Amino acid sequence: MVMQLIKKIRGCITLILAVLMFAPLIAHADYSWNFPKPATPMALDTLQVHNKFMIIVMVIFVVVLGIMIYSIVMHRKSKNHPAGTFTGPTTRSQIIWTLVPFVILLYIDFILMGIPAYHSVVAMEDTKTGAEMVIKITGSQWRWQYEYMDGDAKGISFVSNLITPQDQIDNKATKNKEYLLEVDNPLVLPTGKKVRVLLTSTDVIHNWWVPAFGAARDAVPGFLRETWLKIDEPGTFRGQCKELCGKGHGFMPAVVVAKNEDDFKQWAVAKKQEIAAAGAGADKTWTQAELIANGKAVYEKNCVACHQVTGMGLPPTFPALAGSKIATGPIFDADGKLIKDGHLDRVFNGKGVMPAWKSILNDTEIASVITYERNSFGNHVGDMLQPAQVKALR
Amino acid sequence: MSYGAATHHDDHQEHPTGIMRWLTTTNHKDIGTMYLTFSLTMFMIGGAMIMAVRAELFQPGLQLMRPEFYNQLIGVHALIMIFAALMPAATGFANWMLPLQIGAPDMALPRLNNWGFWLLPPAAILLTLPFTLALFGIGDGAIATGWTFYAPLSVQGGIGVDFAIFAVHILGISSVMGSINIIVTIFNMRAPGMTMMKLPLFAWGWLITAFLLIATIPVLAGAVTMLLTDRHFGTHFFDAAGGGDPIMFQHLFWFFGHPEVYILLLPVWGFIPQILSTFARKPIYGYKAQVYSLCLIGILSVVVWAHHFFTAGMPVPALLYFMYSTMAISLPLAVLFYCWIATIWKGSMTFETPMLFAVGWIILFGIGGLTGLVLADVAADAQYHHTYFVVAHFHYTLFAGGIMGIMAGVYYWLPKMTGHMYNERLGKVHFWLTAISFNLTFIPQFFLGLAGMPRRIPDYALQFAEFNMISSIAAFALGLAQVLFVYNIITCVRGGKKATDKVWEGSNGLEWTLPSPPPYHTFNEQPVIK
Ligand code: HEM
Ligand SMILES: [Cu+2]
Repeated sequence: MVMQLIKKIRGCITLILAVLMFAPLIAHADYSWNFPKPATPMALDTLQVHNKFMIIVMVIFVVVLGIMIYSIVMHRKSKNHPAGTFTGPTTRSQIIWTLVPFVILLYIDFILMGIPAYHSVVAMEDTKTGAEMVIKITGSQWRWQYEYMDGDAKGISFVSNLITPQDQIDNKATKNKEYLLEVDNPLVLPTGKKVRVLLTSTDVIHNWWVPAFGAARDAVPGFLRETWLKIDEPGTFRGQCKELCGKGHGFMPAVVVAKNEDDFKQWAVAKKQEIAAAGAGADKTWTQAELIANGKAVYEKNCVACHQVTGMGLPPTFPALAGSKIATGPIFDADGKLIKDGHLDRVFNGKGVMPAWKSILNDTEIASVITYERNSFGNHVGDMLQPAQVKALR
Repeated sequence: MSYGAATHHDDHQEHPTGIMRWLTTTNHKDIGTMYLTFSLTMFMIGGAMIMAVRAELFQPGLQLMRPEFYNQLIGVHALIMIFAALMPAATGFANWMLPLQIGAPDMALPRLNNWGFWLLPPAAILLTLPFTLALFGIGDGAIATGWTFYAPLSVQGGIGVDFAIFAVHILGISSVMGSINIIVTIFNMRAPGMTMMKLPLFAWGWLITAFLLIATIPVLAGAVTMLLTDRHFGTHFFDAAGGGDPIMFQHLFWFFGHPEVYILLLPVWGFIPQILSTFARKPIYGYKAQVYSLCLIGILSVVVWAHHFFTAGMPVPALLYFMYSTMAISLPLAVLFYCWIATIWKGSMTFETPMLFAVGWIILFGIGGLTGLVLADVAADAQYHHTYFVVAHFHYTLFAGGIMGIMAGVYYWLPKMTGHMYNERLGKVHFWLTAISFNLTFIPQFFLGLAGMPRRIPDYALQFAEFNMISSIAAFALGLAQVLFVYNIITCVRGGKKATDKVWEGSNGLEWTLPSPPPYHTFNEQPVIK
């Protein structure tokens, strides 16, 4: 452990020296200094704009610094340099020379940078022209939900969660290569197609960002925002939420797998079958033990972030489930109707910070997790909820 | 009343002594001293908080704290640095130096001045109290939304948000009071012959700052009040479900927030040319051009706010407008840079600590400015926004451009204020340690941002490990270097070589005609400026 640290620190020192020596070259050096390798036309445009700007500002910086260093070296008292008395340009040629830098700056601002920037902005905001596919991304604390709105994958919808184990985060296990950037269900997209991306959120503002795509857009609760992607090559692309969205903000990766047209079609068929199979469980009768075992898995994936492994929550924002009135109270009233603000109602529809899980989890998952919650953390309600009952209430 | 020479004038009133002197004082120098002491204290506290953050970020994984606590630390760090370190430092200088520089006996509204200061400590306590309360099981800690309070995250947050809202209200009242005082002082209390176009640039910088504060603080106060009612009284200003809009909060916040960064910097832009001129032994270059540029920047600063949230989604014309107007700020700023450099050009320079800080300041603040120019580009900003690139950028403006400028001012005026010379060797060591470790802290953050590390995350992917480690090591050095600064100030206050009245060979301006330290009441006889 210590040896490793020492090694790392030594690596860092080498890196510092490298930075100091090569600082001016960095705009073009390899990608870990710079934006990742672009995977969409937009990212390519952004990278080119960025590289150009970096060179411009570095040139300005070096020129101005050069002038200053010259002055610092030459115009010092220790060299008996006499102090000037001028307070502004006086002769005509001095005035002209004073104006030159500003004309250059004006040119850089509004022509050299301003005109390409105009075109980039227009291209970036044009989400509709030639769009062949629409997906909807919904941010929730702290996961992304993806829905396919049309085409081969129409109707597919799933939630994408971080799968890095807590042990790794707590430094109790060796970290995976894709530490914090790995999910259970990546968003799968076809290459070569312009995909219009609609974004929204169920709670606070998130921002869906995959650096290799050059597109970042806020997901604002109650509103739709949009952007677009057109991925050049198949591959896996990783990014993160980049708008502070609470304690899980650092643990909300966005992972996209791009497949070519045929592979994408195959994936869509397989995914639909998988979803149908998961839904099929809703018709069979489950035992309590099965429900609890399944519910534990659902809970650990979706609920622990707020209600904690122990079910103690983080009051006051995230209430405890252990001993909670709702989680130990009745679900249905005497007539078999859903009780408002009861356990199932809360899970279905959410309230305040609590998301509505109705459209995110399937019947089996909801039935299992509710059964689990009623019979864990010291809760002993003893009853169970069947997926069929959940299905009937949709 | 005696009209003897101001220099050997006995105080003609009984002053309370001990703590009562400080509680009740209306003397601009006392109040200035209190502001500066408060600022230094809060700078060290805000710094300590971020040292904990850098320790957490030293390696991937969570080692020292939970994410909730991490979020509280970064938000409170920023609020403290901005509202309790940088702003009070500038106000402290204004109190100490403005009357001396414009030939006034005191500030125009001394009682208001006393209040302006004494509102600060309660506000600072409100900001940090929730940390302590949480230890006793009350609430869930301080504000965890970052310093920007974005709704709906802030609507969701715990009592820390309410505490921060009240702290902001109090700080705002204090700033507005201070601003009114400064405007009234500059307009009414100038010595005969001190026309507006002879005003020291520091006074000009502060005058514009004061107007900006009065124009924007009420908007912030309104925004956080709406937040308060959204939290507790069921209004839906920022909730779409009730007809509100979360993005409206961002518009209101940044209508204040963008001018705020100029509020932090304009006073510094004011006194840096005075320092440059002193140590280059040469008059300030382009005084008028600087005055007009400062005014223009003041005006532009209130019309560019939305460049802070380009990725929130805006119509194309709005994006273009905010992009081009932001770029336009580079022009008056370039005028200032030009004048600063022209002020030292062909001078007869010496490099005492204030000059080192002032010259280093031009270079480092220049990096902040140039990276800001790049950020104006909407398309590229989608990539930079909310990454460590931005964190590095605004530390070049706020730490280098703000705090290091203030440090230049401290070394410049400390002999005048205390009557003693500080330890020059130590000052130089402090400068070099600060400048080097500052760069080593924040240059890696530019690369982190470009490579894709979002800001405000307590843990990060493995590819960011090396740069974070460098940044943390350098940040600890940066933090330690500030201990030298505090030590140097304390020893200088307590004793040291006597300072002459003029202190610096090249200094000119009214404050240098007074003894060091100046008597408790100055200018019993008005000086006349020819
Ligand atoms: C010792 C010197 C300092 C160090 C090492 C430092 C470092 C940091 C770090 C690591 C962050 C957190 C970034 C994140 O997670 O997003 C941060 C945030 C911030 N700092 Fe500093 N900082 C220093 C001084 C200052 C000063 C002097 C100011 C302003 C006067 C300042 C203003 C801010 C602001 C505005 C934020 C943003 C907080 C937010 O995300 O809401 N910092 N700083
Ligand atoms: Cu998020």
